Amino acid sequence: MNGGPDPSAPWSGPFIRYDLVKELAVALGVVALLAVVLTVLFSSPDDPPTTIQSWARADPSDFVATSVTELAGTSEVAEYGPPYTHTPEATQKIGPLDLQSTPGVRIPIDTEKDFVLEPLRTIPGTPRLQLAIHTWEAAPARVREGWIAAYEEALERARFPGQQAVLVPGGRYGPVATMMVSLLADAQSGGLDGTLLTEDHRFYQTNYTKPLLFLSGGEYFEGRAEGQHLLGTQWGMMNETGSYPGQVWLWLYTFWYQIEPFLESPNADALIFALMGILSLAFVCIPFIPGLRTLPRHLRLYRVIWRDHYREVES
Amino acid sequence: MSDGGRSSVSAAERRMWTTWVRERAVSSLPPDKLLPDRQPSYVSSWIYVFGVTTIAALVVVVVSGMILGLAGPAWWHTSSLGRFFNGIHLWGVELFFFAMVVHLWGKFFMGAWRGGRGRTWVTGAIAFLVAIGAAFTGYLSQQNFDSQWIASEGKDGLNSVGIGAFFNVSNFGQMYTFHVILLPLAVSALVVWHVLLVRRHGVVPPYPAKGQER
Repeated sequence: MNGGPDPSAPWSGPFIRYDLVKELAVALGVVALLAVVLTVLFSSPDDPPTTIQSWARADPSDFVATSVTELAGTSEVAEYGPPYTHTPEATQKIGPLDLQSTPGVRIPIDTEKDFVLEPLRTIPGTPRLQLAIHTWEAAPARVREGWIAAYEEALERARFPGQQAVLVPGGRYGPVATMMVSLLADAQSGGLDGTLLTEDHRFYQTNYTKPLLFLSGGEYFEGRAEGQHLLGTQWGMMNETGSYPGQVWLWLYTFWYQIEPFLESPNADALIFALMGILSLAFVCIPFIPGLRTLPRHLRLYRVIWRDHYREVES
Repeated sequence: MSDGGRSSVSAAERRMWTTWVRERAVSSLPPDKLLPDRQPSYVSSWIYVFGVTTIAALVVVVVSGMILGLAGPAWWHTSSLGRFFNGIHLWGVELFFFAMVVHLWGKFFMGAWRGGRGRTWVTGAIAFLVAIGAAFTGYLSQQNFDSQWIASEGKDGLNSVGIGAFFNVSNFGQMYTFHVILLPLAVSALVVWHVLLVRRHGVVPPYPAKGQER
């Protein structure tokens, strides 16, 4: 029991004049003015996006190294699991609960085909490249793995003259070197940005899943985010580029990523999502949770809020 | 028309859905309760300002968002006027959340759910959570590096619990629809419902003063 007067009963004490509409009008004016002043003083951030073209031009080494893993099917995206791939044992779990697998692969991504082979097929007038694609597709998996391993090793000694081509020492790479040279050239020309975005030869596009997943596989993209303190370990979800305030209301969600057991857990995303779900439900249901609903009475901060009232009543 | 005629019309009117809605609305919230010009004497703290400030900021956010949307999502990248309204939109959102969080903490310390006001708290709390979703989709709709990175990081959390299969943060078209239509409508509807509940049940009275406690 709270004790004292019934809080659901109509107020029997004195009333004061209170102009709600005027209060709203004044608040609207003040907030609008504040927003204008803050805009004039600080504007808003707008760092241009990373494109496949800008990545391939700025860091061709990273682009080619990433592309090889996409071709080999060993990249992070290729082994992501649902909703992109069928990779076994790749999902995050909450104890025995595997929610990630439940909807299945609803956004199928085949990195070999979607990120490398199909874009290369669209490059016209390149019989040598088309032969290389055919050779790759006809080769057994064991042979492909050998080509990839040799090429990845050679990449450590590769040269990128003028940041515009990839030259590796002679070796047993099969068609991989030819494919990578062409893919880098296509990316640097801007062609790959368009190819990755175009689905089923439709004219209008709004889905950036493929180019974003491709970008996220490289170190260049992450390095740029790290420079803007946006990584998960840098409280990145609540930060914004530059020195602007971001989604600061996500501080609690972001906080869990900074501490154990979540910091090193392979299931961190799922566990934190579940934890925040429970906390959010508790927050909504505070009026109905014994102990929590009576907490403010014990904290007594209400006496500060209503200090005028208590001064008058208790004097 | 005879008396008998009037009473038969009246009975028919009572069966009308429109009449039922009007009578329910007027009995729940008569005009002087919906827009009262007096409040109990305890409604005299700065904390009460933050509720109305949240609504004012929401208006600024919605209006600046509508202006931004008029010329399409890419306009603000190429126009100084567009950049200005994007600034208003951004700072409006920051002010909205600041006011809303202070309002929520204030209402928590006041135990504002007492006296049958549980639904008022619940609608406010859900409005806060839905507003977080609205802001999140806004950040995804900026079409800049920040959007790219938030999509890249955000997908892992959503995919890990199966939501990402249906709510694809890399699908700009889907996120933009959620941001400019679905979530603003949801936030606005929840805020209206919340305010109507406040008006219906009145502002929660203070905890008992010393000597009033049983």
